[in-house]
Formats: sequence, structure tokens, C-alpha cells
Amino acid sequence: MVKLTIDDIPVEVPKGTTILQAARLIGGDVTPPAMCYYSKLKTSGGYCRTCIVKVEQGSEKDPRPIPKPVASCRTEVAEGMVVRNITSPENLEARAGVVELLLVNHPLDCPVCDQAGECHLQDLAYENGKEETRYEFERREFEPIDIGDKIKLHMNRCIMCFRCVKVADQITDGRCHGVINRGDAAEISTYIEKAIDNDFSGNVIDVCPVGALTDRTFRFKSRVWYTKPVDAHRDCSKCCGKVRLWNQGEEVLRVTARKDQWGEVMDNEDGSTAWICNDCRFDKKHIKDWTVEGPSEINRHSVISANHYDTLRNIKADTLRMLGGKPHGEKVDLGIGALDPNNQHKQ
Amino acid sequence: MSRKLLLKNDHIPGIAALKTYKENGGYTAMEKALKTMSPEALLEEVKTSGLRGRGGAGFPTGMKWSFLAKPEGVPRYLVVNADESEPGTFKDRYLMERIPHLLIEGMVISSFSLGANSAYIYVRGEYFYVSRILEQAIEEAYASGLLGKNILGTGYDLDIYVQIGAGAYICGEETALLESLEGKRGNPRIKPPFPAIAGLYGCPTVVNNVETIAAIVPIIEMGGAEYAKIGIGRSTGTKLISASGHINKPGVYEIEMGLPVEEFIYSEEYCGGIKGGRKMKAVVAGGSSVPILPTELILKTAAGEPRLMSYESLGDGGFITGTMLGSGGFIVMDEDTSIVKNLYTFSRFYHHESCGQCSPCREGTGWMEKILHKILEGKGTLKDIDLLWDIQSKIEGKTICPLGEAAAWPVAAAIRHFRPEFEAYVTNPESIKDVKHYYRLNPTV
Amino acid sequence: MAQTTDISFKPETFELIQKITKRYPDGKHKSALIPVLHIAQAEFGGWLSPQTMDLVAEVLRLKPIEVYEVASFYSMFNLQPVGKCLIEVCRTSSCWLCGAEDIINHLEQKLNIKVGETSSDGMFTLKAVECLGSCGTAPMMQVGADYHENLSIEKVDKLVDGFRQENKQSRYC
Repeated sequence: MVKLTIDDIPVEVPKGTTILQAARLIGGDVTPPAMCYYSKLKTSGGYCRTCIVKVEQGSEKDPRPIPKPVASCRTEVAEGMVVRNITSPENLEARAGVVELLLVNHPLDCPVCDQAGECHLQDLAYENGKEETRYEFERREFEPIDIGDKIKLHMNRCIMCFRCVKVADQITDGRCHGVINRGDAAEISTYIEKAIDNDFSGNVIDVCPVGALTDRTFRFKSRVWYTKPVDAHRDCSKCCGKVRLWNQGEEVLRVTARKDQWGEVMDNEDGSTAWICNDCRFDKKHIKDWTVEGPSEINRHSVISANHYDTLRNIKADTLRMLGGKPHGEKVDLGIGALDPNNQHKQ
Repeated sequence: MSRKLLLKNDHIPGIAALKTYKENGGYTAMEKALKTMSPEALLEEVKTSGLRGRGGAGFPTGMKWSFLAKPEGVPRYLVVNADESEPGTFKDRYLMERIPHLLIEGMVISSFSLGANSAYIYVRGEYFYVSRILEQAIEEAYASGLLGKNILGTGYDLDIYVQIGAGAYICGEETALLESLEGKRGNPRIKPPFPAIAGLYGCPTVVNNVETIAAIVPIIEMGGAEYAKIGIGRSTGTKLISASGHINKPGVYEIEMGLPVEEFIYSEEYCGGIKGGRKMKAVVAGGSSVPILPTELILKTAAGEPRLMSYESLGDGGFITGTMLGSGGFIVMDEDTSIVKNLYTFSRFYHHESCGQCSPCREGTGWMEKILHKILEGKGTLKDIDLLWDIQSKIEGKTICPLGEAAAWPVAAAIRHFRPEFEAYVTNPESIKDVKHYYRLNPTV
Repeated sequence: MAQTTDISFKPETFELIQKITKRYPDGKHKSALIPVLHIAQAEFGGWLSPQTMDLVAEVLRLKPIEVYEVASFYSMFNLQPVGKCLIEVCRTSSCWLCGAEDIINHLEQKLNIKVGETSSDGMFTLKAVECLGSCGTAPMMQVGADYHENLSIEKVDKLVDGFRQENKQSRYC
């Protein structure tokens, strides 16, 4: 076991654990946000740079600090490591910078986005963003495309986390979408219009941290916060059949995998990941298709339960004041409140 | 006359051919290494020589080699980085084109020391004609028993292959290069693991620049200790400098480390002074990513000492008053040069070359280019200059690979040393020289 | 293997591709992708159509998307048709310092096209490109594998007239 501290909180974890996983064990506000890392997908993480932390002491053996911020999701812990996340004004500043850059080309079309309310970027912006953008140039724009009849790709919203590509590589048997072009012209694409034709392709929707990949069968049916999530199961020959139904009254509006507090698809009892098949996700939209287990336990970490962020904001502001830094602006109103017509991009 | 180790024979007609190369002492270092020295002894010589990587980072070569993992039954690779793409740098091209056998000889010695039986030269795609010259030289070497099975009867086997890229600056970053060599997009890998542990095809790999590997030949010829006597301090040996811009004699020069910058720019042996007898305004001393310095700081350090061509002297003063030797891409600008516009060409370059994998670089490089273009168009504000500064600071140190820094540093240095010029662009737009129309938002045109 | 495309490499090209794949250890034939894309581009009209890329995928036993991902990453691969003779003028720092803009402007006038365009007769495509490692011999342009350096307006005129006369096809390999 390896001992370290994160924001002065001691934690003990097995060797080989990443800083982010160690922070998740502590839980709460010291856990860095993660937009691209996904513990159930091999080689994920390292790209978005939102989980950066400051390593004040590399290890007991070599106490030198790491000169640059590190991606906590891809950095292993070391004995005696001292990590700072929200207790380092410098780190908060660096993260705010990353968030600003992530938003440079993001349309901020939350009012018309199906992901609003459960969007990790929305949360991140709310928590770390500035109130107004300093970017005054045209954002990159792509036409939304249908990847088959069930999945919609809004490339405008994509933040290039590569999770969907890794899902296709790791849990389906024939990836036909990927990343084409490079730099800020890079996009997720099938290159030539091809449907993602695979029993598990729908999982790309569940791993997408933003509204780039959405469920066409749920499109504009309702806002997430007007639906009631219940856990349910059925006997399925293709997958575990354990899902979450998002209902309005008796009507099943959407079916997703069950997700944990980090927004990741949960594990089955045998330790495998409870990915669900397309039949369960797209074709079983009657309540009678399912055995309902009861209301889902949702750890609402999204902006729609804003109290959480007010608390976090206050903690951070206190830290900054204490350490002589300046807090970033006051409140950000994104999502349900963000009805500024200038933010509404075309659909 | 400066002492020459790499380019001592580059003027000899036909030196690209094996016969001429051998007649002029070629492949004797290799014979010495393979027949009289052990891999460990070779490594010691390289360590003793103090040789530092010539691609730009200046990491001690012997140390890099000593990190190479040597698990039983797992192949090791030497990969030569001939992706030379840093604006202002063209020395590797010159070396490969003129004296390809020097690189091959260096590769055999290095591979022998590292215990590699396959080595690749990754050449940037645009240097296609250079790859042909290398292939021809390799063919000659095979035909003479200098490559292949049982080289010179020593029992050592080595195959060398030339691989061409296809236009991507990022492939000069060693892990991006390995990805590209594996037939993938040139996305830098997240480290650790470093290539010395898991490099090409997941096997232990050393990636070295062309000039670094070529320098192994004189090091083995003269011995590491003798090599270390050349140069100054921790900058040992000689360095190839690619000189370009507003100078009378642009070209590739081999200098002894420690040569005064002033002598390099103004003596007839090297750059021959500024074109048209004009004054010098600024120099980018080590390729586009290193900080630009105004005349007074490139000729003398902040303390008033003469600035020398060495890692330490060029780095004196940090980024406040100093710069870096980098890859040795030495770009000289005369008094009429617009620093803002030159920076714009750099920022456009980095935007074009960003791989798009991590967010700060992907989003930040394009933003900086757009702001600079706006300033050049005469539409900038004083706030834009601060914003530029702010964006570069948000990219620097936050990215997966050093391209983030490479894009940020030139912006920071240009504003640091030439802020009044930026301000003139926004307060007095009439003074602006025309901006050409071929600016495109979409870099893939 | 099932024939999924109705184009194929010339037999001698196919042989060359087999030779190239032998440069890499067993199972690492994906390493041949970039060299083979260069060859395919040269053989099929100077650009990579989806059909050409699918052929490459088939020959190297890769998924088509793996080929698209790589082809679209590297600037030397043209995913749109180009003219017979592709002229690429360097525009980065040293070349700019030494007059690349004048060269580009002159070429635009002479060919009557803008950067990024192809002449109406399909003969020329003009591109402004980033540093080609010819800074000491600036300004420069690349036409196929050839570097044309130390350019002047007169030299460019002579070169372009020559290309027109010989109906030059620019090729890297």
C-alpha cells in the first residue's frame, strides 16, 4: 500500500493506483473533474487536462515537486506524495484556463441540448468557468449527422475525449468511426456516411461526457430533469439487461446503462462492466418490457442541483482568500437559465 | 578555422558514395567499435564525451542510452529521428544528403552498443528525395558487408530501414514519431512509460536525432575524453547550425560550442553579416520554438558578457533575458522586420501542426493565431495583447507533449521583448504593412 | 479475400507493397500504411479517394476507418482531387523573411488561381505550406519530390512555363 495526501487529506491506496482514483476514494470536492478519463476503458484519459493537479512533493524518496501540473488520471501515486487540488490557487487557475480553452469551440447551446442537466462540461463550466467568453471568433461548425437511425452526432459539441472511439475499439467487434483530420479541425466521424452497426454501439452515448452523441429515440422528448429514473431489468440474451429507465408517468422515454457517482457505467456482480445492448436501449420502450426494481439512486452532481456548487464555490473562494489569491468571478448561469438567444446555435 | 568533425569532408565530390567515403577514413570508427570494443565500453565513451541530444532538448545521450531496458528475449530498437521540421532547421537534411554514410556508420555503432538488430530512420515525407539517397547508401553498405548478417565477420547483425512520414511536425516528438512509424496518427503518447522501456511495438527503444547519431562516429574515432575537450563547459563537441534569414551567407555551419554569437553572425567564415549592410533587429537562435531575442540580448547576456553558442550561454538569464540553443535553427532578422508578422507565421505554423489530442494546444494555438491575424489586420486592441499573453500562459506546461510550450514560448518572448511594436500595431494601424490574403481558417486547404 | 473495391494496384506496385511490409516484424504490417498511402496516391491520380483508401485497407488488412484516420492526419495526403502539377510554396518564417509572399502572389496571378485552388484546365494546384526545411535557400517551393530553392520571380516563371510545356505531373514517389 502507498500513503499520500491530497489537499492535506491522507489516503492509502494500492501501488499502481492513479492520483485521480485515490482522490475518488476520498470523494467529495477534492476529487478532480475528469472529462476524458473513464475507468472502464483502457488507455482512456490524459487528453482533456481538466483533472490536472499540483504535485508538491513527488515522493518521500524524491521530495522534489513535479514542475508542471500533472494529469491526475494518468499519474500513479508514490509513497509520501503530496498532491494539491483545490487547496492550490495556482492549480485552480490552471484548471480554469483549461476549461476556458475547452469552451472556446463549444457552442453553449445548452438550452437546446439533450444532454443539459447531465452534462459534465456544463458542470465543469459552472464550477470552473468564467462568466463570459473572451473568444470572439467564429466557432467551428459541423452539420449534425445521423450515425444510423438511433444515434445523433453533434460534432460542434464534441470535446475530443476519445471515449466513444475506445468503446468501439474495446467493446464492439468492428470500429467504423474514429478521429479524422487533425488539430482543431479534428472530428469524430465515420468519414463516409456509415451507420455504426453493432449490438453495443449505443454505449457511445453513455460514455459521451457532452451532448455530442445522443439518443435519437429520446430526441427532444423531454428535459432530463422532468423524467423519473428507475432501475429495471429484463432477461436479455445479449447483455446484462440491467438498465435505468427514464420515465414520464408510465411512458419510458429513454433507456440507459446504470451509472455511478462518477458518471461511469456501473459494474456487474462479476466485476465486468454493465454495458447494455441496443435492443435494451432502443427497442424496449414499454414499461411492460421491464421488471422495475425501484427508483434509481442518483447522485445529482449536475448544475441542476446547484446547491452543491455553491458550497464548493465557497470552499474554493475561502481557500483563495486564505492563500491570497483572487476568486474567479461570481456565479455562472449556464444550462436551464442560459436562455440568452446569442448562445443558441443552430440545431 | 573552427574544428570540424561532422562536415570535415562534406566538400569532397562524391562523398555520398561508399567508395569515396571509405577512402576518406569512413567506417574505421565502426570497425574499431565492432572489433575492439564492447557495447558497455562504447556506452562509457558516449557518456564521457558529454554529447547531448542535437534535436533540440539537449538531453545527455549517454544517459538516455543507459535508461534502455534490456529484458531477455525482447528486441530493442534504435530509431533515428530525421523528421526535421522545426522552422529554421535544415541541418539534418544537409547531413543526410551530403554524407549519408556518416549516419549509417553512426547507426551501426549505436545499435551495437544498444544491442539492437533493427534500426529505422524516420524521414519527414517532404524529404522524399533524401530518403532515396539514404536507401541507396544503405544498399551499398549491405553489398559491402557493412550491414546485414555478420557485419565485418563479427557476428553482429543489423538491418536498417528507411521510413517516410507524410507531413506532420508533431512526428518530431519521439513518441509521436513511434506512433507514426507504427502506421498510426502522429499523436504523442502519454508518458510514462518512456520509449526506453516501451517504445516501438512496445519494445525498449532509443530515439535519437540524425546529428546525435552522426556525432557518435567522431566520438568513437577520437575517444570520448578527446571529444569532451572540444567546446565549453557542459556543451561539448561541435554543433551544426542552420543559419537563415537576413544574412549574407545562409547555410549549414559546423561550429565548436562556445563560439561567440557575434562572430558567428558577422564573420566571413559563417553568416557574413546582415544583408545589404542593414542593422540586425532580432534573432531566433534555436528553431522557431525558442524565445526570440533582440540584438542587444543575443550578442550579450544581461550581465554584459559576450553571448556564446552553447547550451548554457544561450540559456543564460532564463526566458527573461535568455533563450535556448534548441535545434540550432538560427534565424536572423534585419531592422525592417515586423516581429508581429514573423510571430504570426510561427503561430499559424503551430496551429497547423497541433495534433488535436489535448485541449489546451488544440484550442489555444488557433485562438492565438486568430488574435495575431486580427492585430495584423489593424483591428486589434491593447486588450488583445494581454489576452495573447494570457492564452500562452494557459497552454504552457498543461499539454501532453512539448508542442504546447513550443507554441507558447515564441508568443511570450515576442511580447516580452517587443511589446511596443505590438502596441504600435493596435494604436496606429496605418503603419501596418499589408496583410496578404492567403490566410485561411481551415488549415487543411 | 473478397474484392470490396473495383480498383486494384498494378502488379508491380502490389509486389512493392509486399516488399515494404517485410520491413516490419510479423504482425506489424500496419507500419506500412504511410508508405503505401504515398504509393496509392501516386498511382491513383495524386489524391486519395475513399475508394483508394478502401483498397489500401483491404491490401493491408486494416479497417477502413484506420486508413481514413491516418490519411487525414498528414498534410501530404490529398483527400480532394488536385491538379496534375501540385505546387507547394513554403510560407513560414525564414521563407517569409526572404520574400515567399511575393512568390505566392506572383503564382496566384500567373496561374490565375488563389492558394488552395486548381486551375480550370486541371493542370495546376497551388498550396501555401509550412516549413519544408529549406530555410537557408529561401524562398522555395516543392513540386513533387523536387525542391526548387532560392526562388526569384524570374526563376518561378521559367519553372512554371517548363512544367506547362512538359505537361508535368508532380509526384513524390
